[in-house]
This record gives sequence, C-alpha cells and structure tokens, in this order.
Amino acid sequence: MIKKIITLVFVIEFAISFFINNIFAEETLKLATTTSVAETDVLDYILPPFEKKHNIRVHVISVGTGKAIKLGENGDVDIIFVHAREAEDKFVNDGYGINRQDIMYNNFLVVGPENDPANIKGLKSAEKSLKRIYNSKHMFVSRGDNSGTYKKEKSLWLKTGLNPKDKKWYLESGQGMSATLRMADEKNAYVLVDSATYLFHKNKIALKVMVEEDKKLLNFYGVIQVNPHKYPHVKHKLSQAFVAWLISSKCQKMIQGYKKNGYKLYYPAVGKLID
Amino acid sequence: MEYIWCGIKEAFKIILSFDKEFIGIVFISLKVCFISTSLAAIGGVSFGLFLTRKKFLGRRFITTILNTLMSLPTVLVGLLLYSFLSRKGPLGRFDLLYSISAMVMGQLILSFPIIAGFTVASVKSLDKRIRPTILAMGANSLQEFKMFLHEARFGILAAIIAGFGRVFAEVGISMMLGGNIKGYTRNITTAIALETGKGEFALGIALGIVLLSVSLIINILFTQLERCPSEHL
Repeated sequence: MIKKIITLVFVIEFAISFFINNIFAEETLKLATTTSVAETDVLDYILPPFEKKHNIRVHVISVGTGKAIKLGENGDVDIIFVHAREAEDKFVNDGYGINRQDIMYNNFLVVGPENDPANIKGLKSAEKSLKRIYNSKHMFVSRGDNSGTYKKEKSLWLKTGLNPKDKKWYLESGQGMSATLRMADEKNAYVLVDSATYLFHKNKIALKVMVEEDKKLLNFYGVIQVNPHKYPHVKHKLSQAFVAWLISSKCQKMIQGYKKNGYKLYYPAVGKLID
Repeated sequence: MEYIWCGIKEAFKIILSFDKEFIGIVFISLKVCFISTSLAAIGGVSFGLFLTRKKFLGRRFITTILNTLMSLPTVLVGLLLYSFLSRKGPLGRFDLLYSISAMVMGQLILSFPIIAGFTVASVKSLDKRIRPTILAMGANSLQEFKMFLHEARFGILAAIIAGFGRVFAEVGISMMLGGNIKGYTRNITTAIALETGKGEFALGIALGIVLLSVSLIINILFTQLERCPSEHL
C-alpha cells in the first residue's frame, strides 16, 4: 500500500515538473548564439522591436559557435546566429539549416600586453604575428572550444604550419570570449578576440591591440534557420520573420548605430560582399 | 583593492534601487528552487519515513545508495538529464531542454536524496519505543506516518532546509539545463558566473549578498521555530 503511494507520488512529481513550463507559458523562439554576440548586449538592443511586434520572447542561449551548430543539428533550437562560415555552409549543405543570411561583421584582433614581448605590434599579417608569438614562447590564451573564434585561430595556426598545442605557454581556457579575454588580461598574454568583445571591455583591461589590418581577420556573423523539413517542430514562420527582421533596413540601421563605451561594435553586413 | 570597494558600492546601489534585472534574477532563483524543493520534500520525506518503517531486504543497500547520492555532482545530473531531454534523446519531443521544467527536474534529483537521507537520520535518532507503543495502541499506517512526521518535525524541517540550500546554491544544473537564458532561466548563480566572466563585479556581488541573506534568513527562522514550545507547532 505505502509502496504504491510512494511510487504514485514519484510519478506525479515528475509529471508536474513536465508541465511547469506551461504555467509560465509564453510564445518563444529559441536562438542559439555565440558568446561574443550575447555578451556585448547587442541583442538587448535589436530584439525588443521584434519581440513586441510578434508578441513573443526570444530565448537567447549563449554558447560557442560549435555548440550552437550542434544544438541546431539536434533540433534543440529554432535558429542559430554564429560566425564560422565553413561550418555554417556545412550545416546548410547537410540539410540541417535553410535561409542563411549575413547580418553583421567586424574583425578579429590579436591583442596583447603593452610591452609586446613577441614584437608583433603593427604587423599587417595575422599569420606572421602568430609565428612570432610561437617563437617568443610568450603566453597565448586560446578559447580551446569549438567556437567561431577558435576555429579562426586554428585555421591561422594551420597556415603558419606550426602547432602550439601542448606547449607550456599555450593555454586553452574552454570558456566564453569575455572570460577568455579577461583571463588573457590577468595573465598578460596574447589572445585572438573579436573586436566587439575587445571594445566592450577596453576600458577595464590593460591589453592593447597588436594586429588588426588583415583581411583574413574579417569576422562575419550569419543567421540560419533550422530546417523545418528535418525538424517539423521548429517554429518556421517565426524564425523566418526573425531573419526578415534582421536583414531589414531598420534593424541594419540599428546595428550600425549600436555603440558601447563610445565604440561601434558591429557593422551591418547586408549588401556587403565578402571576398 | 579599490575596484573591489567600487564593486561593493555599486552592488548596494543595485540592491537599494531595486534594479529590474536584479529583482528578476532573484525572483527566478526563488521560484525555481521553491518549486523543486516542495516537490522533493513531499517525495523525499515520504520515502525517508517509509525506509525507516520496516526492516526489509535491501534496506541497508538503499540507504547506502541514498547517502552516496547526497553528494551527487551537479554537472553529472546536468549531463544525464541533458542527454535525456535533448531532441535526440528519449524525452526530446516534450521540448524541455533549456526550460524551467528541466531545471526543476535536475534540482529535484539533486535534493531528493538529501531530504530523504536526513529524514531517515532524524527518525533514527528518535526514541526507539515510539513505534511499538503507537502500534500497540492500534495505529494504522496513516496514523503512524503522521505520528513520525510530528515527532521528527525538526529533523525533517532541517532536511528540507538542507535540500533548499543545496539547490539554491547549485550552478551546474541551472547552467546546463536552464541555459542561462536572460529573463527566463538566468538565476542568481548562473548570473554570478556570467558577470564574473565578464569582469562585471557589481551585479555579481549584489546577487551574492542576496544568496547569503536568504540562507541566513532561513536559518534564523529555523532556529526560532526550534525554540518555540512544541504546542505551537
């Protein structure tokens, strides 16, 4: 008898927790995005007009690009907003995503301590700077996850033909962009960072920009809807409307005008061709 | 040192101005922990009382398991439930990942063994003659259950408080299953983790102060209750 009651209590409890979501029911759109976008507050700025118009909430899940794509592949989110072109194209070609659009861009920077022990300041080539960092054995902090920034960094190392992995001076943080930048600042190390995250923190850290003028360092953020033919449960219409909002001239103008600490963090990408 | 002082000053400004984001985060934490602890309390206390009721085969084994689960790592619960709740997982079609439901489930698993384990311990510390006495007086199982609930009330209350403290302070489950979604699943602990990573100490410190105060208030209430003459309970 008591055994039965306890089993019943158990089942009821789990059933209740299943339906708790419904108590706080709201129409939502699940968006997986990179830590750089989520932590620079740009979404707080461009989401509200969309949310108001469609009377929904956009749930922003802040992870690295690699994880965001994985969430899309599993159908756990409706839409992804990431920055790793190759992986994005693969995502679309494998049938997981549709309607890929470039939304905004900035560039990657190599930043480091002011005294510049690897002597890279002002170099025009990111590869060359990495080579010098490698030779100087000065500390370098890498994301070490599957994020877009890490993918970029890996591709740059690949081009130099050098492998920093397992070197004592090469740290893998495994954390988001802000946390990694902060870690590099604490350790007085070099780090590859997107310009939005760097400018967002610029006033509070000591690291200085070393290398920026390299076309290879351009950083495009694209949005992709999860394919409704693959996952019928995704909110296709809403995510379509979301993409339409992001590429609309109104939203593009908002991105253009978005400033933090007096710096422009992103540039609108619609109509801009990538080399 | 100076930036720490600045952080603390800013933190008090945030608390005193009832900053909307700050209040929202605190409310989410309280809401989720309240739901999960209530559920865990109902199940955990009943299960604990059941375990102490009769000797049966495997009781010691279950108690050992329960005690082991009391120190369950939150990331393990997160990992386990994540694999079940993802769209690819067996419960995927319910759309539960990155939601309050998922957090509640994780916290339920976390606090259940704590509440059940402490209940067992508190009943065991009672006078051994209670059970034969009330059974001799002809109590049925429901009356027996009620009697123990009453006799062990302080221990059980302590068990529930311990369970609440555990889920209120955990970060692994909330991060992995809630996803730290602003305004929805971003609670005190995940917000502190995020803000520290961003180097924004003020909001982190403000939330930390709340985290500590809630524990303090609960414990003061508990000691007050314990002091009251038993007729009042």
